[in-house]
Amino acid sequence: MSSDAIAIQATEGAGRPWVQTLHEWITTVDHKRLGILYISYALVFLLIAGIEAAIMRIQLMRPHNDFVSPQVFNRMFTMHGTTMIFFVSMPVLFGFANYLVPLMIGARDMAFPRLNAFSFWLSAFGGFLLYFSFVGGSGLYGAGNAPDVGWWAYAPLTARAFSPGHSSDYWTISLLASGFGSIGTAINIIATVLCMRCPGMELKRLPLLAWLNMIMSGMVLITITPLSAAQLMLLVDRYLGGHFFDTQAGGSAAIWMHFFWIFGHPEVYILVIPAFAFVSEIIPVFSRKPIFGYPVMVVATVCIAFVSMSVWAHHMFSIGMSSHSNAFFALTTMTVGVPTGIKIFNWLGTMWGGRLIFKAPMLFCIGFLFQFLIAGLTGIMLGSAPFDWQLTGSYFVVAHFHYVIVGGIIFALFAAFYYWYPKITGKMLNEGLGKLHFWLFLIGFHLCFDLMHIPGLLGMPRRIYTYEPGRGWDTLNFLVTVGAFIQGIAVLVFVANMIISYFKGEVAGNDPWDAWTLEWSVSSPPPAYNFATIPTVASRRPLWDLKHPEDPDSRYE
Amino acid sequence: MSAITNPVTLTPAAWSLPYRGKVAMACLIVAESSIFTIFLVAYLFYLGKSLSGPTPREVLEVPIFFTICLLSSSLTIHLASKFLERGKRAAFLGLWFLTIVLGGLFLFGTAREWHRLIYEHGLTISTNLFGTTYYSLVGLHATHVIVGLLMLTVVLIFGLAGRVGLEQARRVGVLSMYWHFVDAVWVVVFTVVYILGR
Repeated sequence: MSSDAIAIQATEGAGRPWVQTLHEWITTVDHKRLGILYISYALVFLLIAGIEAAIMRIQLMRPHNDFVSPQVFNRMFTMHGTTMIFFVSMPVLFGFANYLVPLMIGARDMAFPRLNAFSFWLSAFGGFLLYFSFVGGSGLYGAGNAPDVGWWAYAPLTARAFSPGHSSDYWTISLLASGFGSIGTAINIIATVLCMRCPGMELKRLPLLAWLNMIMSGMVLITITPLSAAQLMLLVDRYLGGHFFDTQAGGSAAIWMHFFWIFGHPEVYILVIPAFAFVSEIIPVFSRKPIFGYPVMVVATVCIAFVSMSVWAHHMFSIGMSSHSNAFFALTTMTVGVPTGIKIFNWLGTMWGGRLIFKAPMLFCIGFLFQFLIAGLTGIMLGSAPFDWQLTGSYFVVAHFHYVIVGGIIFALFAAFYYWYPKITGKMLNEGLGKLHFWLFLIGFHLCFDLMHIPGLLGMPRRIYTYEPGRGWDTLNFLVTVGAFIQGIAVLVFVANMIISYFKGEVAGNDPWDAWTLEWSVSSPPPAYNFATIPTVASRRPLWDLKHPEDPDSRYE
Repeated sequence: MSAITNPVTLTPAAWSLPYRGKVAMACLIVAESSIFTIFLVAYLFYLGKSLSGPTPREVLEVPIFFTICLLSSSLTIHLASKFLERGKRAAFLGLWFLTIVLGGLFLFGTAREWHRLIYEHGLTISTNLFGTTYYSLVGLHATHVIVGLLMLTVVLIFGLAGRVGLEQARRVGVLSMYWHFVDAVWVVVFTVVYILGR
């Protein structure tokens, strides 16, 4: 590196008071630092929400358990769901997008660095508010409590009569704050991808990660805002005496469901599209082949984004919609399977005939492929209305969406951590610990979530805090809990790996994976200005062109 | 390795990208449209579902004059930013001021209407579903008008101080996009609340 690196290297760390370092991190507008802030903030909440999941699993480990009270159990599943979606998945994905998109498109920062910082701190404030409810939830009435209305907070549970105190309001306002943060970041990502590309980086040459994050951001604009609107209505109901969701005054509880799921279902795709983005970057590098079907990948993602916005009411088959609505939403739900299937075949096509390298990032990607497929299949089962009538509100549904989120998104996320950790910190993650993490997590995952389908089929409802013995659920629930703890141990291995490797890891160098996108052309970690001179690209794999001047990609595109 | 060099040379002049301010404002408008859509759907869904009076037909009057004010402010802001692009700062400032006056008049109209509804007809946000949805929807729009007026006023103050020139034309253009959006939303709200909903 670096005949031409600008010689204004900051004197890193050495001899500076920690207050100054802290001040720099808090006031930073650098997309890389904000990315790291997003990711670390998400990891803290991952730990918290993981503990909440563990509490629930301990409670359900055996029948008639009394580890926690029903009230606490309600708070745990509400906080677990809300935290995992809004304060783990969203920020960690935004963090990676923040860190990687400018580097991949050859830009020095996001389009709006200060908006970027503002969005992060707004989201961070949202998370703080949500957890402050443990202290301030009941306002002046007495000891605090957390929201206990479930992550989708159906009316009339949120009405004043059923949700006294302020716990639901903390939930509402924290989601409003983080929602506005998400909208700010989404605007920023779209403006960055469209307006900050380096010369030659035409849309048809954008790395898929940038493409997919731009599509995801477009979805954020259209689908997070209905949630914000519904939250505003809820605040009007709770504080100004409005009647939006007040059935006593002619209001409708069903319309809250519609508004929530207009947000809620596309949200799943908002989370999974960045996961697709990671996989689309990692699989080619570890198959030593360019991505198969690049344009189709983009088109399929746009199709998923488009179709996913008209499937929301498949969450509501059991509320008694007309048969036309049921048929429509069942059909659109199954339609999503088509572009998703195209993507899975494209990843397989990329691996087909490639020289596969089974390192930790690739292992997690392969796990993702298999598990996401199964998650998609149970999704199609639930998309058929009669089947859904039988199983809605059961553990089958819980197993299904955890299969999507853990088996799909979290696996892709771990792949991303192993793949980009060297770029972010300059040190390789330990491969042995990585493999241990993978296998432990895989075993724990399948023990936990494969088996969880069965009590659902046997009729175990979700959100119950305990159950009668002798219904055939006992052993299964015990094994599910064991699986959950194995996953917990695997995550601890991962955390240990990150800490140990940060201090003792092998030095990564610029390009440890022999990869092809622009972020690997700069030092690890990249300098504050990213690129000393703005690069010019002529193909989708600029680093391939650089490494193989005799046979550049640009000749074939 | 240093910056990327490659066989194909590209002259930077051939490389032009859209202005980020415009793209961002377009994105914001998409997001805001989505919020307004939800409030409009709620308004339409609850039309005629109130369990008690007053109803829209009984109390709403069509605010034609104030609507004309707001819509013509779109024209004045458009002309203002065109004048700024051509460097005619006096004309820009005059029209900009006129835009603020027209927006202010519209806001006055909303305030007067609300005053009448509350004190003459006893309709508040908690009276019935019509009150809840009407004040939320019109209030959401009025909030956007207020935000717009604040931003317009900031530009006016800087303009009077002689700080708004050609180099700010693009940014002023972004602000005028927002104002056009606020006006366009009013066309929809007006149609739904005062024409279809009565």
